[in-house]
Amino acid sequence: MTTYFTPEHEWITIDEAGNATVGITDHAQEALGDVVFVDFPTVGFAIDAGGNAGVVESVKAVSDIYCPVAGTVTEVNDALSTDPTTVNSDPQGAGWFFKLSGVDPSALDGMMDEAAYTTYLTTLP
Amino acid sequence: MPESASPLRCTALHILHQELGGRMVPFAGWSMPVQYPTGVAAEHLHCRAAASLFDVSHMAQLSLRSADGTHAVLAALESVIPADLIGLAPFQQRYGLLTTQSGGIRDDCMVTRRDSDVFMVVNASNAEADIDYLRAALPPSIAITPLADQSLVALQGPLAVSAIRSLDPAVDSLIFMTGEFLSLDGIDCFTTRSGYTGEDGFEISVPTNSAEHLARFLLNIANVAPAGLGARDTLRLEAGLCLHGHDISLDTSPIEAALTWAIPKVRRAGGERAGCYPGAEIIEHQLTSGPTRRRVGLTSDERVPVREGATIVNHHGVQVGRVTSGTVTPTLGRPIAMAYLDTELATASAAAPTKGSVFAEVRGKQVLMAITTMPFVPHKYVRRPSVRTPTTSTSPDSEQS
Repeated sequence: MTTYFTPEHEWITIDEAGNATVGITDHAQEALGDVVFVDFPTVGFAIDAGGNAGVVESVKAVSDIYCPVAGTVTEVNDALSTDPTTVNSDPQGAGWFFKLSGVDPSALDGMMDEAAYTTYLTTLP
Repeated sequence: MPESASPLRCTALHILHQELGGRMVPFAGWSMPVQYPTGVAAEHLHCRAAASLFDVSHMAQLSLRSADGTHAVLAALESVIPADLIGLAPFQQRYGLLTTQSGGIRDDCMVTRRDSDVFMVVNASNAEADIDYLRAALPPSIAITPLADQSLVALQGPLAVSAIRSLDPAVDSLIFMTGEFLSLDGIDCFTTRSGYTGEDGFEISVPTNSAEHLARFLLNIANVAPAGLGARDTLRLEAGLCLHGHDISLDTSPIEAALTWAIPKVRRAGGERAGCYPGAEIIEHQLTSGPTRRRVGLTSDERVPVREGATIVNHHGVQVGRVTSGTVTPTLGRPIAMAYLDTELATASAAAPTKGSVFAEVRGKQVLMAITTMPFVPHKYVRRPSVRTPTTSTSPDSEQS
């Protein structure tokens, strides 16, 4: 499964059935610092592409999470409620945020793959 | 915070900060490390367990002199600070508030009596305004000199004293809120046993051309690690200590801020040197009749951080206050905050500390918070002289001197 990336430093994977998993990138967790809280979207809610999908907070900073694609929230990573530091230790694995269903795979067209995202990071100040 | 277009000032430790991987951010016109690669939480915990080195050179160090001696300087300062400054013994230090005519707080500061001058440290964000104000408010016979060639570092934590002792055993003559010139690796440093973390520790005024050498030397001592402004903020919040511009400001009085202890009896009505400072009438009135709001501590069993600006409501949903500082504390792993609450609630909670509760509004949700006394973690100030093993005393309140 290919992982795609947004300029807002979220990652997304999607299977053939249109089920997607979303989280924040290693670069994002590094910039945030120690994560202390993740506020999830509500399970069952439909979110538009670019819509607000929660908040991730570190000791010093609050950062909004935007939904990279339209879909319906089917699951959130409750394990992060008890140990939010997993976002720091494994942001692109166990530190995932939420899952979506009903995602149109064509929504990923034009999104950055890992190589493009790595290049994108080098353009940032 | 809006940043001005003028370039940021760098401290003498700038190269060292970069070498240590410090994440540099603009702060009060300075480029300062907010954290190192270890991160805010680890730096916070290290300071509580061992010893942490902070660069606080952005704060302004002032020397105040008079041809008539330090007594004349302290007497003049009492006209702008409602503290007992004349009563300072040589090399004793005191926390003070520069008040305004309307009873607000212009800045908070540290004042130390030395042999031939009075040493003052004020906040970076207010430094220029403070200097202008002091020059206008104090008699021209008082010379106010910013110590432009001095840097300031803080070594804080339970192992700070052993680190300093390995350089100059004379450190053992210092107790909390006193100062001395120590020879640290041959560098003459004015060192006070004080700080803003709630831990035992030192603030070291070091000649700028030796500051990097001293910092590297201290960091080479076992158990000493660097800490940034992020950890400094969470540490001072846990210790219940106010940050000017947030928890105290031009719009808050010392009484509202629960800093009444900083105004001793001698400066209150009936005292030998009562009043005679800016805003004295308003502050005296609040002392006798009580303020309409008061600074309190809030804690929660939930995990969501409650930050500055959050509205506080009572059980009927009526607004009763506002948060001025808040974080999730690395020591306790839960949200703590300082807030101004309507006096009725704030006082009731002081009488029954476990009963008062309110809600903080965070993104439309209500977070249940208990009203508590501060500090959130006990102070570890060393108030009695010691020889080898420091006798630490914990204070139940936020009293600093």
